[in-house]
Amino acid sequence: MERVSAGTKLTVLVLFAPFILWMLLLVILPHIDLLTISLRERVAPRVYEFSFKNYMEFFVEPLYWRTFARTAIMSILATVLTLIIGFPISYYIAKIARGRLKSSLFLLCMLPFWVSELVRTFGWMILLRESGIISGVLQWLGLADGPVEMLYNDAAIMVGLVYTSMLFMVVPLVSTLDSLDDGLIEAAYDLGGSTIAILREIVIPHAMPGIVSGCIVVFMLTLGNYLTPTLLGGKDSLWFTEQIYNQFITRFNWEQGSAFGFLLLLLSSAIIWTGLRLTRQRLQDTIK
Amino acid sequence: MNADASAAFDLEVESVVKKFAAFTAVDEVSFTVPKGSFFSILGPSGCGKTTLMRMIAGFLEPTSGDLRIKGRSMLGVPPNRRPVNMVFQHLALFPMMSVAENVAYGLRRRGAGRAEIEEKVAAMLARVGLPDAGEKRIDQLSGGQKQRIAIARCLVLEPDLLLLDEPLGALDLKLREQMKVELKQLQADVGTTFVYITHDQSEALVMSDQVAVMNAGRFEQVGNPQALYYRPETAFVAGFVGDSNRWIGAAVAVDGRGIKLATDDGLVLYGTAAGRGQVQSGGSLDVFVRPESIAISRSGKDMESWHNRVQGKVKNLLFNGANSRAVVIDDKTGFELIVALPQTGEFADLQRGETVHLGWSAEQTLCFVHDGAAEAA
Ligand SMILES: Nc1ncnc2c1ncn2[C@@H]1O[C@H](COP(=O)(O)OP(=O)(O)OP(=O)(O)O)[C@@H](O)[C@H]1O
Ligand SMILES: [Mg+2]
Repeated sequence: MERVSAGTKLTVLVLFAPFILWMLLLVILPHIDLLTISLRERVAPRVYEFSFKNYMEFFVEPLYWRTFARTAIMSILATVLTLIIGFPISYYIAKIARGRLKSSLFLLCMLPFWVSELVRTFGWMILLRESGIISGVLQWLGLADGPVEMLYNDAAIMVGLVYTSMLFMVVPLVSTLDSLDDGLIEAAYDLGGSTIAILREIVIPHAMPGIVSGCIVVFMLTLGNYLTPTLLGGKDSLWFTEQIYNQFITRFNWEQGSAFGFLLLLLSSAIIWTGLRLTRQRLQDTIK
Repeated sequence: MNADASAAFDLEVESVVKKFAAFTAVDEVSFTVPKGSFFSILGPSGCGKTTLMRMIAGFLEPTSGDLRIKGRSMLGVPPNRRPVNMVFQHLALFPMMSVAENVAYGLRRRGAGRAEIEEKVAAMLARVGLPDAGEKRIDQLSGGQKQRIAIARCLVLEPDLLLLDEPLGALDLKLREQMKVELKQLQADVGTTFVYITHDQSEALVMSDQVAVMNAGRFEQVGNPQALYYRPETAFVAGFVGDSNRWIGAAVAVDGRGIKLATDDGLVLYGTAAGRGQVQSGGSLDVFVRPESIAISRSGKDMESWHNRVQGKVKNLLFNGANSRAVVIDDKTGFELIVALPQTGEFADLQRGETVHLGWSAEQTLCFVHDGAAEAA
C-alpha cells in the first residue's frame, strides 16, 4: 500500500472542499432541517410536538396522494415520450450526421436553453392560447370555425415538459451512441441482422447506460418541475410541486410543506428504484 | 455469362470501379476466385483493399462494374442477404454478448432452432480450439482467442465466401506466425473459399493459393505465390514481394530479352527483360536482384561462370539466424549489395571489412522499363 503524504491529502481536501461544502450547505443541511420541521405538529401558537401527522395527512387526504399519483404518471409518460423522440434524434446526431452538420444539430438542441424557462414557457403560451398563432393559422386555413383553446390541458403540459427535457435526454444518449463502434453495427448486418434486430440487440444494449441516466434526469426534472405545469396547465394542472408551493406560500404551513417535500424525495426515489429493478439495470452501470 | 462457366468460381469481380468524389479508390479491378481456394489481396496501406472488400460484402456499391457470387450478380443486394461473411479489421465482436452468443448470433437471426444452434456453436468452438470458452465474456479473451471467435462467428453460417480484412494485424509477431498456420489449416479443413486482405507479404505467400498484388487501386499481378516471387510482371511487384536489391540503370545494348545495362553508379551488368514493357536501348530501367540469388565466395575463381561479378568489402553483417545477410560494397564503384549468407557454416566467421567475391546470373537480374511506380513500394 502506498502511503499518501500529508501534502497530497491537503491537496485532495482543497480540491474537494467546494464539493463537500456544496453538498453540506445546499443538500444535506436543508434536508435535515426539512425533516425536523416535517416531523412536528403545532398544538398551540409557538408550541410544537413530535408527530407523524403531516405524513399521515398525505395518505388520508385523497387530493394529495391523487395529485402525487397523477404527477408521477404524467412524469413517467413525459420521460417515455422524451426517450422515444430523443432516441432517433440522438442516433442521427451520433451515427449519421458528420462534421459541421453534427455540431450544428447538437447546438440546435441546446439553443432553447439560452432563454430562461419562464420565457420559453410563455413562448408556448403565445403559440397555444385561444388568440395564439396556431389557433389563428387553423382558422385562416379554414380547419377551425372559431378560436381554438389549446392551453390548460394535459396535452399542453406534456408538450411543454417534453420540450424542456429533450436536451437532458439527448446529451447522454449522444455520448453513449458516439462510443458505439460502427463496426459492430456492420458486423451484425453482415451476419444477417435486420435493422430492428440490430437496434434491439446491439444498439439499445450499448446505449442502456445513457438511456437510464437520461431517463432518471428527465423523470426527476419533470416531477420537480413547477413552472411548466402551472403555466401551461393552468388552475387544474394538479402538479404535486404546486401543493408544496401552496403549503409553504399560501397556507404558510411549513410543517405540511416540508413533509410533502420529503415525501416527494422518497417516493420519486422509490419509483426510480422500481424502474431500475423492472428493467434489470444497475445505477453503477450508468457511470462508465 | 452462362451458369456452367460460373459454377467453378465462388467470386467473380468484373471491371469494378469505386470513386469517392474525384478520387478513384478502386480502378477497373477484375478477378475470379475458384471454389474452395485461398485468395489473398496484398498491397500497401491505402491502396484500396478495404474498399474492394466492402464492395464484395455489400457495404459499398461499386461506381461501375459487376460482382458475382456463385454466378449470381450481387449488385443491389444488401449485406444481410449476401452469402458472404466478413471478419472485420478490428474484429467487431459484440461486447454485450457472451462468446457463445456471438457465435450463435447469425444462426439466431436465420431463425435456426435452439438445439441446432447449440450443437453448431459447440462444434464450431471446438473446431477453433476453444471448446470451453462459450460462457466467457469477450473482454476475458486474449487477442488470438478473439481472432478465432471472430472467424468462428462467420464460419458457423457456412458462407459461400469468407472475407478477412487484415485479421492478424493487431496480433504480436509470434502469435501472428502461429495464426497464419492455423488459418491455412482451418481453411483446408472447412473448404470454404477465403478472400484475405493483408499488407504483409509473408502472410499472403504462406497461406494463399492465389495472390493479387494491388497498388493505388489497381491489380498489378494475380498469380500463385511462386509466380509472384520468381516471375514478377511489374517493378512494383518485384519490389513489394520479397526482398530485393534495387537499382536504377540505363540499357546500353538490347539483344532479344538479354540486356547489357549500366547502373547509375557506373556498374555494368547483364540482365533479362521482365514485365510487359519493351526495353529500348538507352531506355531507363528498374533493376532487381534477390539477395538469395547472389553467390558469395572468398575466392574470385569460383565466380568465373557468372555473368555479373563484383569484388567488394563486407560493410555490415545482419545476423538473423537462417535469414542472415551481408551488406557488401563494390570496390570499384562504391555500389551497395545485400547478399544472403548460405547456411552451410562456411561464412559463420565472416568479418566486417573482409574482401568477398559475388556473382549472379543475367536471368536473375530482372529489368523493368522504368515508370516510377516502383518507388511507391
Ligand atoms: N468513404 C471514403 N471517402 C473518401 N475516401 C475514402 C473513403 N474510404 C476510403 N477512402 C480512401 O480510399 C483509399 C483506400 O482506402 P482503403 O481503406 O480501401 O485502404 P486499405 O488498402 O484498406 O488500407 P489499410 O491497409 O491501411 O487498411 C484511401 O486513400 C482512403 O483515403
Ligand atoms: Mg484496410
